[in-house]
Amino acid sequence: MILSFLMKSLDRSIVLVVAILLGLAVLVPALNLLTSPDHPLHVPTYLVSLFGKYLTYALLALALDLVWGFCGILSLGHAAFFALGGYAMGMYLMRQIGARGSYGNPLLPDFMVFLNWKELPWFWQGFDMFWFAALMVVLVPGLLALVFGWFAFRSRVNGVYLSIITQAMTYALLLAFFRNDMGFGGNNGLTDFKDILGFNIQADGTRASLFAASALILALCLILTSAIVRSKYGKVLVAVRDAESRTRFLGYRVEHIKLFAFTVSAMMAGIAGALYVPQVGIINPGEFEPGNSIEVVIWTAVGGRGTLIGPIVGAILVNGGKSIFTAAFPEFWLFALGGLFVLVTLFLPKGVVGTVGAYFSRRRAGRKARADEASDNLAAEPMAAE
Amino acid sequence: MYRTLQILFVALCLLISGHVVGLRAAEDLAALVDQLGAAKLSEMDDRIAALAKTGDPKVIPVLEALGEGELYQRKSDGKVFLVKSGGADLELVDPVTGADAGAAPKAALQKIKVNNAVRRAVRSALGGLTLFSDDAGARLKAAQSMLQAPNADALDAIETALASERDTTVRQVLDEARAVTLLLSDRSDDEKRRAITLLAEGSGRTGLAVLTSTLASADASLKADIEAAIDRIEQREAFWNAGQNVWYGMSLGSVLLLAAIGLAITFGVMGIINMAHGEMVMLGAYTTFLVQEVIRSSYPGLFDWSLAIALPLAFLVTGFVGLVIERGVIRFLYGRPLETLLATWGISLILQQAVRSIFGPTNREVGNPSWMSGAFEFGGLTITWNRLWIIVFALAVFAALLFLLKKTSMGLRMRAVTQNRRMASSMGIRTPWVDALTFALGSGIAGIAGVALSQIDNVSPNLGQGYIIDSFMVVVFGGVGNLWGTLVGAFSLGILNKFLEPYAGAVLGKILVLVLIILFIQKKPRGLFALKGRAVDA
Repeated sequence: MILSFLMKSLDRSIVLVVAILLGLAVLVPALNLLTSPDHPLHVPTYLVSLFGKYLTYALLALALDLVWGFCGILSLGHAAFFALGGYAMGMYLMRQIGARGSYGNPLLPDFMVFLNWKELPWFWQGFDMFWFAALMVVLVPGLLALVFGWFAFRSRVNGVYLSIITQAMTYALLLAFFRNDMGFGGNNGLTDFKDILGFNIQADGTRASLFAASALILALCLILTSAIVRSKYGKVLVAVRDAESRTRFLGYRVEHIKLFAFTVSAMMAGIAGALYVPQVGIINPGEFEPGNSIEVVIWTAVGGRGTLIGPIVGAILVNGGKSIFTAAFPEFWLFALGGLFVLVTLFLPKGVVGTVGAYFSRRRAGRKARADEASDNLAAEPMAAE
Repeated sequence: MYRTLQILFVALCLLISGHVVGLRAAEDLAALVDQLGAAKLSEMDDRIAALAKTGDPKVIPVLEALGEGELYQRKSDGKVFLVKSGGADLELVDPVTGADAGAAPKAALQKIKVNNAVRRAVRSALGGLTLFSDDAGARLKAAQSMLQAPNADALDAIETALASERDTTVRQVLDEARAVTLLLSDRSDDEKRRAITLLAEGSGRTGLAVLTSTLASADASLKADIEAAIDRIEQREAFWNAGQNVWYGMSLGSVLLLAAIGLAITFGVMGIINMAHGEMVMLGAYTTFLVQEVIRSSYPGLFDWSLAIALPLAFLVTGFVGLVIERGVIRFLYGRPLETLLATWGISLILQQAVRSIFGPTNREVGNPSWMSGAFEFGGLTITWNRLWIIVFALAVFAALLFLLKKTSMGLRMRAVTQNRRMASSMGIRTPWVDALTFALGSGIAGIAGVALSQIDNVSPNLGQGYIIDSFMVVVFGGVGNLWGTLVGAFSLGILNKFLEPYAGAVLGKILVLVLIILFIQKKPRGLFALKGRAVDA
């Protein structure tokens, strides 16, 4: 039954992307671990982590697509949810350091010893257990989104105003996390991680597993969002995007519909952040920068909003481009990114995937029309012969 | 002829007698100075007082040298000399005339001993002496130092100085110094009570400190008076603190207003989310930098006019950039505000990187013209000229913009297009041009804001980014499409921020303001001064 539900909720392209992701989850770790370093197909560990980072970005863009592409909420605060998830994971990793920090305190992370704190603050309790941290990765962003969204959607703050206050939210969090007495490491953030679940975080095997986990979770979330947007609820979601007042007058509780999508999306962003931190090795308040959230929007826009696959493609394309560009011509990266923003909004409003998809469906429609015409002709010919 | 000769003769006589009197005074002084050498430590006080009593400014360097331990007595004749440099042979200087008196071996001289008591006597004598200086600035300084470090012994000197003082500012300080010193002396309670009332009315922190320190040792009859005076001073201090907060808040508010007012046009009137707005401010600041560079290298005399030259230039430069952006990008995106947001963000990245590539990533120095530097006192407030000018400037820009929108035909067209584009169009208004010009106007205003902000902020490629979120907050808080809302929004946010700062700290205060705005928008989604009329489904 679940399988049939799944099959119904997936179309061919989604199945294809899921298959590719699963293939990558096996292939990349295998090429990294099983081949010798001088083998032509060997994937070095730094690339594994880099690709893993792209996948977490893709998950973040996917989360944004759910609210922006399908519900019309342009959130400029998704980097905040991402960073909150990252901080939750970072706190777990900090606790795992234990007595191996430079001050050798078994309970307190280094920066707290440095700030002369005597005991662990209450909000750090429980983060030594992975399950608790994993729960917080989902709950904290989810709860913030729930409360924020409940207030915002109930009073019908929408469109540009919502974008601006989500930006204010992430900016306020940025300022807050920069403060040393918040208890999250201030300026430097959390870093110098040693272990995750007992495995050395620097080891090739751990890196490869983290990559595989990112690919798997991205595939799962893709299936989940696809199921959401293809369900009856998803249809209402699109209705809210296209004609909010009309949907309300038809008797739907628009604010509840928006709130659900916003919260689910924030949770996914939190998971993305949690996967990002161990692969990058640091989380600091810079992740809350309003600019980061806007960059997520451009990944989604480049790939194509409202397509689910688009944001994944967009995030990988833009970030791959960024990696190549910043290595080759660091001066020009911002020109390229800025130009991308302008060009995509002007000439590619549907994004890469949306445009390609439209091209194919047009061709299919054309072929179908031609086929119809041909069959009409066939049908007509006998008539003419009569 | 005869008369002229007579005058000349009299003048000559006067000159000679004056010279003789001067010589005699110098001789007396020299004798007094020489007595310093013979004195024992216990007699020093009297000798110093005798020197101070002459009121002769020549005594000042002698006393200073005594305090520093640079006075020596020659063993052979008991004369006192000022010794300039150490070494095997000491170079001698006559302490009264300042003339060179040759050199002498170390053994022929004996240093005049000083201890702390002597040093204290020297200090208070010096304070008293400079109180009678011819230079009003020196007198003021002396009076202030007597106020800062009151010494009961100096009371007589202060009172004598007060009797002959004409300069009102010096008098004021002297009055307070006298009151403070009086409290420490053993004068009658009546006099002390008068001094307390004077201190209670005065402005100073020192008054408060002296009052609190005397409170413990004062008589019971005086205690109540002192407590009342302390209360008064503290109350006034609280009042001026509040005033200071309001002033800082207005200063911050004027900065916010300057940064947001251009946005109030592009976002508020046209509905364009211009994320490149901050970069327009930055371009304005860099225009100022360029103007000042040219002036520095070619016409240094014009430096005080640099801002006046930069203002129209910045307006033209950023206005032109705005025009290009509108014609090149934004006009294709009307009706799609979220896409405009993305495109203008991209433009802002390009502009930032362009400025970084041309001018480098570091801060550029923009100087203050002379009329913008310095400060003056107003009651208990210190008001810096550049802050004051920026407030004035912000209000002037606001008034000019209001006039433009309300009283000119251009403004009429702008308002017509924003209120009903199709109707305006059918009345023959070229709406695309109005759009372009409105956007250019908003950008130009941002540019002249940049000229002003270059005076108080670092001119770097990131200048604009710091203002963009605040400006949006101001416009949204004030109410979109309403200039008055922007004014009220800017000043209320500025003042609120500064009042929160002492309690919550700068960062937390800012966070609180952001949270308050987020909550406020829940309550009034269209801002403080919402445009009336039905909200159309956006």
